Amino acid sequence: MQQLSYFELVGFGPNGWGWALLTATGMTIAVATCGFLAGSVVGTLVAWGKIGGNLVVRSLADGYTTVLRGIPDLLVIYLFYFGGSAALGAIGSLFGAEGFIGVPAFVTGALAIGIVSGAYQAEVFRGAYQVVSRGEIEAARSVGMHRWLMFRRIIAPQVLRYAIPGLGNTWQLVLKESALISVTGLVELLRQSHIAAGSTRRPFDFYLTAAVLYLLITWISTYLFQRAEAHSTRGMRRAS
Amino acid sequence: MDFAFMRDAFVTLIGGVPLTLNLAFMAVGLGAVLALLLALMRMSGVKVLDWPAQAYVFVFRGTPLLVQIFLIYYGLGQFRPTLQEWGLWTFFREPYWCAVLALTLNTAAYASEIFRGGLQSVPHNQVEAARACGMSGFLLFRRIVFPIALRQALPAYGSELILMVKATSLASIITMMEVTGLAAKLISQTFRAVEVFIVAGLIYLILNFIITRIIMAIEWWLSPHLRRPPAVEPRLEAAHV
Repeated sequence: MQQLSYFELVGFGPNGWGWALLTATGMTIAVATCGFLAGSVVGTLVAWGKIGGNLVVRSLADGYTTVLRGIPDLLVIYLFYFGGSAALGAIGSLFGAEGFIGVPAFVTGALAIGIVSGAYQAEVFRGAYQVVSRGEIEAARSVGMHRWLMFRRIIAPQVLRYAIPGLGNTWQLVLKESALISVTGLVELLRQSHIAAGSTRRPFDFYLTAAVLYLLITWISTYLFQRAEAHSTRGMRRAS
Repeated sequence: MDFAFMRDAFVTLIGGVPLTLNLAFMAVGLGAVLALLLALMRMSGVKVLDWPAQAYVFVFRGTPLLVQIFLIYYGLGQFRPTLQEWGLWTFFREPYWCAVLALTLNTAAYASEIFRGGLQSVPHNQVEAARACGMSGFLLFRRIVFPIALRQALPAYGSELILMVKATSLASIITMMEVTGLAAKLISQTFRAVEVFIVAGLIYLILNFIITRIIMAIEWWLSPHLRRPPAVEPRLEAAHV
């Protein structure tokens, strides 16, 4: 068989893997985004616990961020992958279902990413909250705002503004972590490259392409986060 | 929760700690040399040196470590005949050396930015004072710039060390049996994900706790100027005179 050129290999022709790689890139972005959003929810709750909780809640929240930032992400993914199926199987057997129940790899991956990135995002949100001026919160109270209204109108917009750079860093972490989801069999960018490399025996070409696609996503998202930061601080005076 | 099983799992997994630490320290040690080189290239002000270093940092920080590991371990297999010709195949055939290489290249990119930050934070008047005393070149670097930069960079470098210990877990995907590799094997044998996870997580937390403490001790040792001066005992004998 004649050796295909690199561009035939990763192109969109009859022997090309172009569409497969593009779909897989979409999957990477989808699982990373879902994980990131799940992490935002977890991070907000944990940051709330750290800021406003009593001693028990605060130490639980501290423990959560310390532990999740101190152990490898791969272990967390294994826990969700194997542990999730075992838990579902146990619940299933209560209702009389037999045997192994698999959790969809997408859900496992997004949850694992969410749990890990939640720990990082909690720290980002807590740091951003501390920058919000006390006077603003006192002013909100003095005009009679209740907690939820104050959160929605005063705290959340400002915390988000200060958190954008930190969230950008966390997003990059999440994106790179999503490559680990390939161990669960979810066909994202790395997994697809692995499959293509195996069937064409051209591993270098495919992993290089994957690396380039990851770089592209990183590059575009860096740009978007910079835009968001510039937009959110357009009304602020900069000390130069 | 089966504590007898967890004790056995702990004994099994602790066997992976030497390899985990070996990988982490090899990578950090070799990576530090490369990182210092990259940092100096970026600060040289010469574009031919600055740009490659910048591109290197961009590529290695912008792609997942697992892709880098696969690119080296599986990817280079595509050039096996050439590598065999050059006598490099014995190196790239070994998952251990591929893991060390990937981790080294990766940590060098992150550490070079930390070093650059440290080197740039050295106050200019310190350098001027040293020059006024007649120091220059390597002596200036060794006595003034390097110690100050090291002190500045140490906290960030400590977190990079911990990230590296965590990153060694990816070596398990290319068959290295370090802590995570042993844990994955144990989980697939026993299907007790939660117990194994707790034990493996505990081992990593202990390792990282020890590393944090060591870094904190070095930081304390390097910054005597920030510590309160030791209280001087009042001299008692004067009262008797």
